[in-house]
Amino acid sequence: MRIRHPKDFLSGLMFLLFGAAAVFFAADYDMGSSARMGPGYFPFALGAFLAALGGTLLLRSVFWAQGSRPGPVLHLKPLVLVLSSVVLFGLLLRPLGLLVSTTLLVVVSSLASHEFRWKEAFLNAAVLIVVVLVVFVYLLDFQVPVWPSFMAVRA
Amino acid sequence: MELFANLALGFQTAVSPMNLLYCLVGALIGTLIGVLPGIGPVQTIAILMPTTFSLPPVSALIMLSGIYYGAQYGGSTTSILVNVPGEASSVVTCLDGYQMALQGRAGAALTISALGSFVAGCFATVVLAVLAVPLSELAFKFGPAEYFSLMVFGLIGSIVLASGSMIKAVGMIVLGLLLGMIGTDVTSGVQRFAFGIPELADGIGFVSLAMGLFGICDIINSLEKKQSRDILKGKLAGLWLSKADLKASAPAVLRGTLCGSLLGILPGGGAILSSFTAYMLEKKSSRNPESFGKGNIRGVAAPESANNAAAQTSFVPLLTLGIPPNVVLAMMAGAMMIHGIQPGPRVISSNPELFWGVIVAMWLGNAILVLLNLPLVGIWVRLLSVPFRRLYPAILLFCCIGLYSVNNNTFDIGLTAFCGLLGYIFHKLDCEPAPLILGFILGPMMEENLRRGMLLSRGDPSVFFTRPLSLGFLLAAAAMLVMLALPAIRRGREVAFKEK
Repeated sequence: MRIRHPKDFLSGLMFLLFGAAAVFFAADYDMGSSARMGPGYFPFALGAFLAALGGTLLLRSVFWAQGSRPGPVLHLKPLVLVLSSVVLFGLLLRPLGLLVSTTLLVVVSSLASHEFRWKEAFLNAAVLIVVVLVVFVYLLDFQVPVWPSFMAVRA
Repeated sequence: MELFANLALGFQTAVSPMNLLYCLVGALIGTLIGVLPGIGPVQTIAILMPTTFSLPPVSALIMLSGIYYGAQYGGSTTSILVNVPGEASSVVTCLDGYQMALQGRAGAALTISALGSFVAGCFATVVLAVLAVPLSELAFKFGPAEYFSLMVFGLIGSIVLASGSMIKAVGMIVLGLLLGMIGTDVTSGVQRFAFGIPELADGIGFVSLAMGLFGICDIINSLEKKQSRDILKGKLAGLWLSKADLKASAPAVLRGTLCGSLLGILPGGGAILSSFTAYMLEKKSSRNPESFGKGNIRGVAAPESANNAAAQTSFVPLLTLGIPPNVVLAMMAGAMMIHGIQPGPRVISSNPELFWGVIVAMWLGNAILVLLNLPLVGIWVRLLSVPFRRLYPAILLFCCIGLYSVNNNTFDIGLTAFCGLLGYIFHKLDCEPAPLILGFILGPMMEENLRRGMLLSRGDPSVFFTRPLSLGFLLAAAAMLVMLALPAIRRGREVAFKEK
């Protein structure tokens, strides 16, 4: 047995898992009857359908696919750096404030580029901090903590 | 004439100085973001949506339509000058637009694309205004069964938007429907799939989903490609069109406008399908089709008019029936819901000033683009030369701050990162996110109508097949599925998507 179409195989697996999870959790909710549907009815049906669809896709990629196609090629560096810069920003905004978290977001996400330069990244961060302060904090009056919470001065 | 009275009401609403300002600002920042290569209207709306949340609903929608038009126009600018389409609908513009630019006629290409869009926008606004009232009256006759079937039809139509396999597109729709179930069930009050996380009680935020799947995910994808772009050097010689250009492009604009207005109304239609169709039509009807792809101005005029006309008329199904026919309109629907407006036939009677105001604002947005963006084209071009490595951290930052401002909580930022990861997986597996977004928007409505329909029929599912209108929608959906599955059409679709 050889998987001829890995992308279809994996998407089938993904749909199957999502569908199965939906069925599993929806089974806990009240099903009701077809005239009076409970909260579990529609998600259960959708989950079952999705799982069946995923199963079909999975089987098809193994047994009926013609020719072979390349699998997905992953580049983990941009993925990990960009996502973690966003998560970091979310985690640090409240405790450390806009100035620190912006610098971190810009520098960490800039690392993902193949043309990364330290000096440029920090310069970029400095420019963006000014832009953000002027546009979002002063002009649009967004309620964002600017300074770290331990340094905050109550206005 | 009631039509004129309605449009007058729209003008009264939209032409307040504040709203004009919002429209202008929207068009400006829309172009600013949309002109960045690889970022189309969907991404732009996703990124900028939070900036409109503090405004009153009418102004917010006016600003959003400004953003939309600005982004679309920005996308055309990138297609013509850099040969990088921001989105699928400006792919065909690249074919002849970039060639024109290479021949030193970038100015003419940009002008015709703006003027063509404006003509198309004017015509489509009238189509929208004429069709809106009767269609929404028709929609009032719909019961839950009709609505359910109509949504099935609309969702099947969204498969046309996906280029990959049909099964995957259907899977993405169902997954979207399921994601839409997350949160508190309106009828029973039970929390579904929330896993005890209080922030999920209201469901996944639409902004997080859209920003993750389109904004963040697309940044990651562009970073993987490591390509450097060739920016068109040299000057943009005159923006004016020659007489020969005008003569050649005027009929093309008209044909494109008609084609786009018609296709825009259909589910799954909208900008992509119509620009492709208009280009094909233009090429087929030409006496020397071989001149297309080599800088024929008709090859820019027709698709650019068509995609704008379609963009405008695709508001018809959203505003009258509550069904977004494509992703951009799904974004609009999402934004409307955040403002507490349920898109559908009731908008026109309960919120006439909003309805007509938005219609007029879309036309105004178009006009502003012609007046403003053409003279400013030099600035947009300069923006293109800012390297991507400096731009994307800025986009990420604006996304994060925007997200935080929606609910003043950081949970949304994490959720967006998670949606970005999901989007990355989808992209790697060739599963397109467009049908998922439509499913997500329609999910709760679909469930509600299914429940009501089955309650009225006392649990008898035949109600969906015995009511003529409902049956009609289901048959149309089935016909569309069969058509999409037919080998001949499938091949045609593959060719169309390959030509990008």
